[in-house]
Amino acid sequence: MTVGAQARIALAVARKDAMAELRGRSAISSTLFFAALVLLLFGFALGPDAAHLAQAAPGLLWLAIVFAGLLAVARLHQLETDDGALEQLALYPVARRAIYLGKALAGFGAMLVLGALLVPLMGLLYAVDLLAAWPGLVAAVLLGTLGFAAVGTFYAGVTVRLRAREVMLPLLVLPVIAPLLLAAVKATSAALSGDPFGELGAWLQLLAAFDIVMLIVGAGTYGFLLEE
Amino acid sequence: MKIRILGIVALLTVAAATINALFVVPADLNQGDAQRIMYVHVPSAWLAYLSFGTTALAGIGWIWKRDRRFDHAALAAAEIGVMFTAFALWGGMMWGQPVWGTAWQWGDPRITTTALLLALYLGYLLLRRLTADPERRATRAAIVGLVAAVDIPIVHFSVEWWRGLHQTATFLAPDKVLNPAAPLPFVLTLLAMLGSFTIAWAYLMIRRYQLADAEWRGEEAARDASLAAARRRAVRPTISDAPSAPAGEVAR
Repeated sequence: MTVGAQARIALAVARKDAMAELRGRSAISSTLFFAALVLLLFGFALGPDAAHLAQAAPGLLWLAIVFAGLLAVARLHQLETDDGALEQLALYPVARRAIYLGKALAGFGAMLVLGALLVPLMGLLYAVDLLAAWPGLVAAVLLGTLGFAAVGTFYAGVTVRLRAREVMLPLLVLPVIAPLLLAAVKATSAALSGDPFGELGAWLQLLAAFDIVMLIVGAGTYGFLLEE
Repeated sequence: MKIRILGIVALLTVAAATINALFVVPADLNQGDAQRIMYVHVPSAWLAYLSFGTTALAGIGWIWKRDRRFDHAALAAAEIGVMFTAFALWGGMMWGQPVWGTAWQWGDPRITTTALLLALYLGYLLLRRLTADPERRATRAAIVGLVAAVDIPIVHFSVEWWRGLHQTATFLAPDKVLNPAAPLPFVLTLLAMLGSFTIAWAYLMIRRYQLADAEWRGEEAARDASLAAARRRAVRPTISDAPSAPAGEVAR
């Protein structure tokens, strides 16, 4: 199968997921609401000292993205298994990695919506100036959410058939994405502070490396999950 | 019988090496007796990495050959690895308390990496426990073990960087003792501990492997028995019920 054909399949899978998600609007808006609520509650937990909050903002932002992201990637697989569609998907005579990449792409899309909401909200709630920092911030959000979608999609596939999936998905994902969380938070705070130590590029590279490794591993192994 | 001999050898060598490390070798000048923790800490950490490497390789073996022996080895190594990881973490914290003045040191990449390692493989073991079907369990575990193994270097690297880009905290790391400048008795003691722990690891691996094999066969026997019982129950009712379709089907 050519690269172009696989890319078309991945896009088709992603479009299908996006369509299913958008037509059942309640799920995506409740995930977004949950994420916003997490940011708000962090403010209560750590406030009201504004300087303190602004300093902690990158970490809080990424924790909110991670928590809400877990819900988002779990849903993308949940939708499939609720009516046995995952078996259908597995039966298509296409490369399994294309299916994985499609689902990861859909997860990435959902994560981007999440980021687009949470970053301005962080600026608003924690009094952080976003305008000066936007190129680094956008890069950090893009790379960080991509890596999260890659790992989250993979583990959602692992846990989707388990009875205890609500607990197992975070349990498996959180230790694996620890380096991603660390690098994303560092990159975000470097971007927000004007990168005084010149470390932004290094953290973005680490994020990119994480993304590439996890996408390759996910694409290589996801097929074995569908065979079950 | 041979395995029992291996077990006895492991026990004796670990005991001898421990007595040597505790009472014979002199204490470190700077750290005092706390430094002796290193003699179990470093072998534990080594066995943790050896175990998780084995789990990853055995997982690849399962995916490749679909031979259940690979899965037994993966399970055995993961469980033993978790035990030694916890042991290494505990030893590190015990050592950190007198030497660093705190049991938990965020600036030290090893302790944070080890904590994540423990979380990664506890998740692996939990996942195994939650999957009833043996073949599915083996496949899921194999790929999760593989991802965890790929993640370990990234975790270590990122945590190292996390500290390195900000402050240069140089503590006397436990494995600095392995450098050539360390006194010879210290090095020999550590090597003896490494060797004896590795023998003990081999013994534990074999025993856990045998146990996993027995568990698998037990599961298979139980499944066959319940299947046979279900068949016996199913034979008579199907003959009498055959003409009338279930109500739900008719309504459709």
